[in-house]
Amino acid sequence: MTAVEDRPMTAGPAKEVGQARKRKEDARLITGKTTWTDNMVLPGMLHLAVVRSPVAHAKLGTIDVEAARSAPNVVAVFTGRDLAEEQGSIPCAWPVTPEMVNPGHPSVAVDEVNHVGEAVAVIVARSKTAAQDAVELVDVDYDPLPVVLDMERALAEGAALTHDHVASNESYRWIFDAGEAGTGSSTDEAFAKADVVVSRRFVQQRLIPAFMEPRSTVVQPQGDNYTMWSATQVPHILRIMLAMTTGVPEHKLRVIAPDVGGGFGGKLQVTPEEVITLLVAKRLGKPVKWTETRSESLMSAHHGRDQIQYVDIAADREGNVLGLKVHLLADMGAYLRLVTPGVPILGAFMFPAIYKFPAYRFDCQGVFTNKTPTDAYRGAGRPEATFAIERIMDELAVELGMDPLELRRKNWINADEFPFTTVAGLEYDSGDYEQATQQALELLGYDELREEQRRRRESNDPVQLGIGFSTFTEMCGLAPSRVLGSLSYGAGGWEHASIRMLPTGKVEVITGSTPHGQGHETAWSQLVADELGVPFEDIEVLHGDTAISPRGLDTYGSRSLVVGGAAVVNASQKVVAKARTVAAHLLEASEDDLQFESGTFSVRGTPGSGVSIQEIALATFAAHNFPDGVEPSIDADATFDPVNFSFPHGTHICAMEVDTETGMVTIRKYACVDDVGKIVNPLIVEGQIHGGLAQGIAQALYEEAVYDEDGNLTTGTFVDYLVPSAADLPHFDTGNTVHEAPGNPIGAKGVGEAGCIASTPAVVNAALDAVRHLGVTDILMPLTPERVWRAIHRGGDGGDRATAGTNAYGGAQTETTAGVSTPESRLGGDR
Amino acid sequence: MIPAAFGYVRPGTVDEALRALADGGEDAKVLAGGQSLIPVMRLRLAAPSMVVDLTRVTELRGVRDDGDALAIGAMTTHSDVISDPLIREFAPLIAQATETVADRQVRHRGTFGGALAHADPAGDLPAVALALDAEFVLAGPGGRRTVPARDFFVDYLTTALAEDELLVEVRIPKLAGSWGMHYEKFNRVAQAWSIVAVAAAVRRENGHIAEARIGLTNMGPTPLRATATEQALAGADAGEAAIAEAARHAAEGTAPSDDLNARADYRAHLAEVLTRRAVTAAVGL
Repeated sequence: MTAVEDRPMTAGPAKEVGQARKRKEDARLITGKTTWTDNMVLPGMLHLAVVRSPVAHAKLGTIDVEAARSAPNVVAVFTGRDLAEEQGSIPCAWPVTPEMVNPGHPSVAVDEVNHVGEAVAVIVARSKTAAQDAVELVDVDYDPLPVVLDMERALAEGAALTHDHVASNESYRWIFDAGEAGTGSSTDEAFAKADVVVSRRFVQQRLIPAFMEPRSTVVQPQGDNYTMWSATQVPHILRIMLAMTTGVPEHKLRVIAPDVGGGFGGKLQVTPEEVITLLVAKRLGKPVKWTETRSESLMSAHHGRDQIQYVDIAADREGNVLGLKVHLLADMGAYLRLVTPGVPILGAFMFPAIYKFPAYRFDCQGVFTNKTPTDAYRGAGRPEATFAIERIMDELAVELGMDPLELRRKNWINADEFPFTTVAGLEYDSGDYEQATQQALELLGYDELREEQRRRRESNDPVQLGIGFSTFTEMCGLAPSRVLGSLSYGAGGWEHASIRMLPTGKVEVITGSTPHGQGHETAWSQLVADELGVPFEDIEVLHGDTAISPRGLDTYGSRSLVVGGAAVVNASQKVVAKARTVAAHLLEASEDDLQFESGTFSVRGTPGSGVSIQEIALATFAAHNFPDGVEPSIDADATFDPVNFSFPHGTHICAMEVDTETGMVTIRKYACVDDVGKIVNPLIVEGQIHGGLAQGIAQALYEEAVYDEDGNLTTGTFVDYLVPSAADLPHFDTGNTVHEAPGNPIGAKGVGEAGCIASTPAVVNAALDAVRHLGVTDILMPLTPERVWRAIHRGGDGGDRATAGTNAYGGAQTETTAGVSTPESRLGGDR
Repeated sequence: MIPAAFGYVRPGTVDEALRALADGGEDAKVLAGGQSLIPVMRLRLAAPSMVVDLTRVTELRGVRDDGDALAIGAMTTHSDVISDPLIREFAPLIAQATETVADRQVRHRGTFGGALAHADPAGDLPAVALALDAEFVLAGPGGRRTVPARDFFVDYLTTALAEDELLVEVRIPKLAGSWGMHYEKFNRVAQAWSIVAVAAAVRRENGHIAEARIGLTNMGPTPLRATATEQALAGADAGEAAIAEAARHAAEGTAPSDDLNARADYRAHLAEVLTRRAVTAAVGL
């Protein structure tokens, strides 16, 4: 109460919302002294190791597990054939079209393997080391089949097939045509009358979510009940899906996500390993743990992005955009996981971005390849869309000879036009793109850098300077349940919260939105402190356990505060309403005469009278003196289903130096101004922006999952899959404008994905702006020095990289990493 | 990741270490700092039957003045190398290159001798040792022998060390005259290995370059000297044009690889640019 007591009585207590509070959960998360799943030790616990396929596509012949089964401390070995009856198929909750082909996804391969790293057998042993040693003793007979890796070739006539039993490599084709939907006019007509049409093919490289904490699952059987601890973003969804997949009834299954070390969408999944761990625990009746290694994680946890984007934009000579056509090839990988097919569809509505296109057509083909399945990764569909539109706007500006910012300004939605219904049918809630842009230009020192760019060009400096824009928006707050239904998604988008008022006046907040590093415990405490007028420190936030938090849809899509926080606020207000009845009884006054301020009910005009909500909690516990006919509880819960998405927006500007002699690119300055609506905790918002920027910049400059021609993941360790550290990133100049979201009681829009969505095109546009006068029009991501150098000196887009791993660790690749059984991986010293 | 089972011994002296190596047979591996060995064991790319841990062999730590040379103990850690006053005075190139090795944690564990005996051509120290004409003191059951750097690096991850020998000391001849040095490293992220790097030591005399020694990192299976450039620089004017001209020959006689970071032709180009930059910096222009 110190924050309150230190203030003069005349001023109201400080509002918690808006305070840059340090996160209360950080000490335990940062030191690791917490409940990471792999820290769990249960009596008699057995350990799993997974034998994984070293080949990308093959029929499975005999699998000889005898040597492994008789190895020291090995308890059991299971193959896909052993588990075929009960393992079902990994669920896909988003059948985007009725005709969508789902080849089925066994947790352990039964007849055919379809990507390197796919599970083919499971070792169960008394120690992790014994299990790992036995992996190498499993002898699998692989009968190779043709490997499909390239999406464009996969769709050609007569192409080899990813799965032996499907008719083609196309999973689905999904089309949105604004003309047909009635939200826009005909694209054909728009393009026919256009003065200028610009067409480009952009490549969204494959990325790996690379969460900090590797995945881990522990299952404890208790009779016919099972408790699963898992490093997951989605314990509630996992419980439902496991029940539907494995036949363990939902009410016999409790899922707990203890503290989880990051996910970025990579833990928004029902994984084969979760199914396997549950089934093994069920078979053996003993607690079982599976924890992956980093190299296992990189090759078998789902990947992200991987699209080829054909984009056509039409405009008149003055720069008014007339139409947009997008054709996507989206790599599903070998299988459909939880929301694999839906990821590009989430982007479908965002290609028109902040611009007033009269006509729009989107056409997406989901394509199978013999690679690790793709699925959600920070932004999920929206970064891809934002990249394509922000890149093509720059290309159109070049074609028209216009300043890229002037072109954007000419076409974006003006502040006085909100709410604005776009050509994709979305109703954008609020914002002011000009205001954010002006602020970002000032933060960057735009005019000065443009002048320096001119000087460098004139002097033919080996280091050229470029400036790139991204004026982005995104749809957040996933999601209105009815909209999800219209898109054939298998669940709703609501969120649940409840408030428990404890006898001592402390408060438990139960949220269905399960954090994995976002800071829910701090932010929710701030919300409730203001609503109930209780001290921040008196609030505990509970989450992530289906027995404690029975209803929820978890954390992804920048939804937690916008949807889950809204439920918390609504539940708090219900508590206050119930407490008011009790207060009126205790104060012997009419409810209408009560005012509620700083946690205390008092009778209007009667200073000194009053009872605090924390005192009412004790009175409710005792229930000795309670109003007639009122149940003795002031606890409450709420479920919030938004009616619309929220639409954060912002202007990101990158200034980039390009060393034309070596191709090295270096961010000189990065400025961004984001409008994420009402800000509950500025420190958390800033942290989310920084982390998002790091990941978006990483896509532009560093990260790429590379497969060799046999389908081996070359970037199988962090030596070759380059995740930047703080040392590799610039200072970020960040700012905010605030236009509150009208769709939720907080006014928040969501911030988890903003930096990641916005930054990638700003960075690439900046690099191209630096070297466009040298004839460069595109460079493939990531902008490796070699690619940039080739684009400048050899023309083209920099080309594909060599697929051999680097020297370090002897060019380690998945075919030689442990967990994969091959002749090369046998014990025997240096290569 | 879990390595395969292995035996482990931690001797306290060089003699004990040599005996342990002899007892361990051909599958024994020396653990110096462990910053390369442990990762490859964890990835099961290496599965030695016996690991001989030199951490407690204190006689192998430290830098001493040995008259016309510095003697760097093989178990001297990177961080000790960086802060050593003798190295700062006589071989600042080593300190500068060592500062670019991986990250702070690795530099506290990794050792000078370990990095050289590992002989990764993408590592920073082999090319530096080659440029400085270092001498490698190897101890074996039959006594000690000294091998010059040009003979020490034999092939990819392969040195002149016999299975029963230990690298105990590296001697860096003190350079006489007015020398300038520079290590020019090119990599994508801070903790990454070099795509290409160039170690240059240049002696100036009367406005000219009297002598240049240039070591190339990651331009072949071993560290290499840019011999043609060294010859072109000998006696050349210490100016930008002459240096640029000489640097054009930097990739001659090299055999760089194609991998994720770079194809061979790009590495050859980088060698030229980085050699020009390294020599220019070493000359002090």
